[in-house]
Amino acid sequence: MLAYIVRRILIMIPTLFLISVISFALIQLPPGDYLTSYVAQLRSMGDNIQQEAIDAMRDRYGLGQPVYVQYFKWIEGIVTRGDWGQSMEWQKPVSELIWERMGLTVVLAVFSLLVSWLIAIPVGVYSATHQYSMPDYAMSILSFVGVGVPAFLWALIIMYFAQTQLGMNVGGLFSQQYLEAPWTWDRVVDLLKHIWIPGLIVAIENTAGEIRTTRANLLDEINKPYVELARAKGLTENRLIWKYPVRVAMNPFFSTVGWSLANRISSITLMSVVLSLQTTGPMQLRALLSQDMYLAGSFLVLLSTLTVVGTLISDILLAWVDPRIRMEA
Amino acid sequence: MDNTLLEVKNLKTYFFLDEGTARAVDGVDFEIKRGQTLGIVGESGCGKSVTARSVLRIVPKPGRIVEGEITLHRLVAKQDGSKMTDLIRLTEVDPMGSLMRGLRGSEMALVPQEPMASLSPVHTIGDQIGEAIRLHQKVSKAEARAKTIQMLELVGFPRPKQRVDAYPYQLSGGLRQRAVIAMALSCHPSLLIADEPTTALDVTTEAQILKLMRSLQQELGMAIMYITHNLGVVAQMTERVIVMYMGKVVEEANVDTIFHNPLHPYTSALLRSIPRLGMKARERQRLASIRGTVPDPYAIPKGCSFHPRCDKKIRGVCDQQEPTYIEVEPGHKARCVLYKQ
Amino acid sequence: MADLDQVKPLDTSPDIEEEIQSGGEKVYVAPPWKLMWWRYRKHKMALISTVVLILFYFVALFCEFVAPYDPDQAANQFKQVPPTAIHIRDTEGNFHMPFVYQHKRVQDPQTLQITYTEEPSPRYPIEFFVHGFQYKLLGLWQTDIHLFGIPQGKDQQGLFLLGTDRLGRDMFARVSYGARLSLTLGLVGVFLSLAIGVVLGGISGYYGGRWDIVIQRVIEFIRTIPQIPLWMTLSAALPATLSVEETYFGITVILSLVAWTWMARVVRGRFLAMREEDFVLAARLNGSSEMRIILRHMLPSFLSYIIAALTLNIPNMILAETGLSFIGLGLRPPAISWGVLLQEAMNLRSLALSPWVLAPGFAVVISVLAFNFVGDGLRDAADPYAR
Ligand SMILES: Nc1ncnc2c1ncn2[C@@H]1O[C@H](COP(=O)(O)OP(=O)(O)O)[C@@H](O)[C@H]1O
Ligand SMILES: [Mg+2]
Repeated sequence: MLAYIVRRILIMIPTLFLISVISFALIQLPPGDYLTSYVAQLRSMGDNIQQEAIDAMRDRYGLGQPVYVQYFKWIEGIVTRGDWGQSMEWQKPVSELIWERMGLTVVLAVFSLLVSWLIAIPVGVYSATHQYSMPDYAMSILSFVGVGVPAFLWALIIMYFAQTQLGMNVGGLFSQQYLEAPWTWDRVVDLLKHIWIPGLIVAIENTAGEIRTTRANLLDEINKPYVELARAKGLTENRLIWKYPVRVAMNPFFSTVGWSLANRISSITLMSVVLSLQTTGPMQLRALLSQDMYLAGSFLVLLSTLTVVGTLISDILLAWVDPRIRMEA
Repeated sequence: MDNTLLEVKNLKTYFFLDEGTARAVDGVDFEIKRGQTLGIVGESGCGKSVTARSVLRIVPKPGRIVEGEITLHRLVAKQDGSKMTDLIRLTEVDPMGSLMRGLRGSEMALVPQEPMASLSPVHTIGDQIGEAIRLHQKVSKAEARAKTIQMLELVGFPRPKQRVDAYPYQLSGGLRQRAVIAMALSCHPSLLIADEPTTALDVTTEAQILKLMRSLQQELGMAIMYITHNLGVVAQMTERVIVMYMGKVVEEANVDTIFHNPLHPYTSALLRSIPRLGMKARERQRLASIRGTVPDPYAIPKGCSFHPRCDKKIRGVCDQQEPTYIEVEPGHKARCVLYKQ
Repeated sequence: MADLDQVKPLDTSPDIEEEIQSGGEKVYVAPPWKLMWWRYRKHKMALISTVVLILFYFVALFCEFVAPYDPDQAANQFKQVPPTAIHIRDTEGNFHMPFVYQHKRVQDPQTLQITYTEEPSPRYPIEFFVHGFQYKLLGLWQTDIHLFGIPQGKDQQGLFLLGTDRLGRDMFARVSYGARLSLTLGLVGVFLSLAIGVVLGGISGYYGGRWDIVIQRVIEFIRTIPQIPLWMTLSAALPATLSVEETYFGITVILSLVAWTWMARVVRGRFLAMREEDFVLAARLNGSSEMRIILRHMLPSFLSYIIAALTLNIPNMILAETGLSFIGLGLRPPAISWGVLLQEAMNLRSLALSPWVLAPGFAVVISVLAFNFVGDGLRDAADPYAR
């Protein structure tokens, strides 16, 4: 099992390498040398920046040199010093800006993943075992609504009702006093008080699809001979459904953890812009609009890495639930 | 003493589909005696499996038993040690209720057709067999495991102590079928329903499994309802035979009578399609097969359902009137207008 | 021993067929397209959705005709007007053809908040085929006829089915115009990704082997990068100086760069399933050339799958465009798309005062749902056993 995990981790390396190359290339696409515009911006604000400082930066990030040199300088910085480059808009190292936002994005993604599994599995199982019943139809219609209404629109709707009916602002992940505060227990509690609304919003959008997947997977399994034999043994319907076909129907679920995370990150990105959450979305958007390349590129690399890690988790989960994979490992 | 184990009278099980009603089982009568083996033969799709599922009360939706009676004569031990039979009308009990669940797996057990697909791929065979034991007998986990190993040994599993923790994909087809038989026998059923148990196996393995089932039957004294479309197996395994065509029993007799004195034209046609040992290849190629194919069960022809394929049909009779099921000679019944009581 | 199942009928004489038919219920085999239609027809939501989509695309095609007002024309005295109520009964209880009352602007002296009430004196009957702003129908015929409206100019009185925005522009006109960009972008994008998907998915599924591995790896890789962040990065690279048409095309291409992977998977799956089928083998044995096998035998049989997959992927495109435009990285004003229109709702004050700016969002939801239902219906009709 350990060898299996190590092998999976090794497989991740070329993928991560490719992700960083692509991200860097994409960030380079807009024309213009951002350092020049950065210097111009500083000068226009009256700052008198030293030529040596500019040269030092040029040298450090390999600006003016071929793109691949710049890329390797960037990667070298990340791997050796944990230096993800400089954000010119924030005038801070990227590494000082991203981690808390990445962390909150991960928390939100995982929270919504767990919530939607908790809802989707029992509801999907019920729907499949009571096919064509009224609740099944109701569930289908509800899940269609979930599929049709994107998270950012839910965010807008909920924001409107919170504002007009409750006089409440649902934006943000922290109360005012904890916004810039260091991490304390109170800040965690404050986060928990705020995170459930966005968490649920993301869950709504994605749960619908997962209910449909569970239902469809289970319907595929439920007429298989092994279920019939379990029934012929004299098991109660509930026990046999949960022990046999549900277990098998879960496999496709586990095998897509990586992509589920990727989908959730997409939903979270848009929704966060609406609700101005302190996640990666709004900051990445600003970085892209102002061509703050290292910041934008770092986000793209890290968010993709999250999917890769999700895929690793999914491989481990699959090996755990499916003896065929476990034995091979 | 009452020697009857199972009586099926005028059983009708229909599937209510969008395309129409499929009359999968459309009037089936038979009886199984204790310890006896009854063969059910017929082409694919004639309703053999649905009959078996009806007896077990596990007909899948949208299927439903619409008519008929199924009665199980259960032996129960009285206080003084003597035994009495208890009649249970299976068609009247709740199919998922506790009475029916208590009978399934303990009084009547199923050996299904596909050994691979009939075992859960993600559970060990020990888990799946032990579950049946724990369900019907008051034993601890450890006892159930010991009993599982004992059952595996009984069905000829090599190294049962190790194999009990194997997953189905690690076993050969023959071993999987043995595991399924072990599961079926684990609670000593009085009726074993074997639904084409060897169809998916190669000839050698098939022979082994058939031998095993015969010896187990002698050892445990259970009755077997043996479903097959293979007449050779019928000759080998059974004592009485019913022949089914399109949801109906067309003939019933002892196995020898069926082979030497078939009454129904369908039975004769079936027999003619068996290749015999010593036949030359050319002869084998010219083997008679039955004209035409089985019509859809939702488009059953008027009159005798076999008449479009029958070589003895009488125009104006067979395509008009439905023949009745009559006892032509003692213990030999047929459903054909050619015969009178 | 003979398995009866393996004994094939040697003789199926015509009189047997005839007798089966004469002997009671008739045996009738419907052609495949008819069976598909029957199955599709059973799907009530799919039928309703088909009608909805036809309506939506009609609006997209003829938005100038459907919109009563120029979507860019602001009206100072009608800012943030709620949707106009349509009456058929006046204050005295008499019935009339549908009409509207005059909007009356009221300003709260303290808060300076402006609200609108109805003045029950003059009735403005709603008329069809009224004269309004000039436009070219389908870009060909100069006309000023509009589907409906009231004969008065917008500066005197308006008929605002979905209210107006902060500048006094008619939301109904804007949503109708938005349909043109949003709905066609989904369609164009999905066909573009189909083109890429069919080529790559086809190679992958038909030839298999190394090609398959490489293409599958590429698809997996693309799907590893979260879509929205990837699309955001790509569209940020589009220069802001592009014209509306150029941006539209750019965004379509960007969306398709990811979306082809969805189509390729479907195509590959069908190819794999069909490669093994008897008729393809038969064609190969006959010595038909590979291309001919693909065109003659394989393509028609999975056309139905492709259509279903197309329909199911259009909503993803629409949602993507809406999301991107909404955050300012897709289409940009002066282009009018549903996503661009929703930017108005991003402003919390504007949203609280005029919730009808969410109308384009509901247009998105309805079209997405309709496509999903139609897609589901088509898929079930194409293959009743697939779920
Ligand atoms: N789950 C089902 N749904 C619909 N029809 C069924 C189902 N199972 C069986 N049938 C119908 O019943 C007929 C008999 O099936 P079955 O008993 O399985 O045949 P066999 O004799 O080969 O075991 C089939 O031809 C089919 O039309
Ligand atoms: Mg069968």
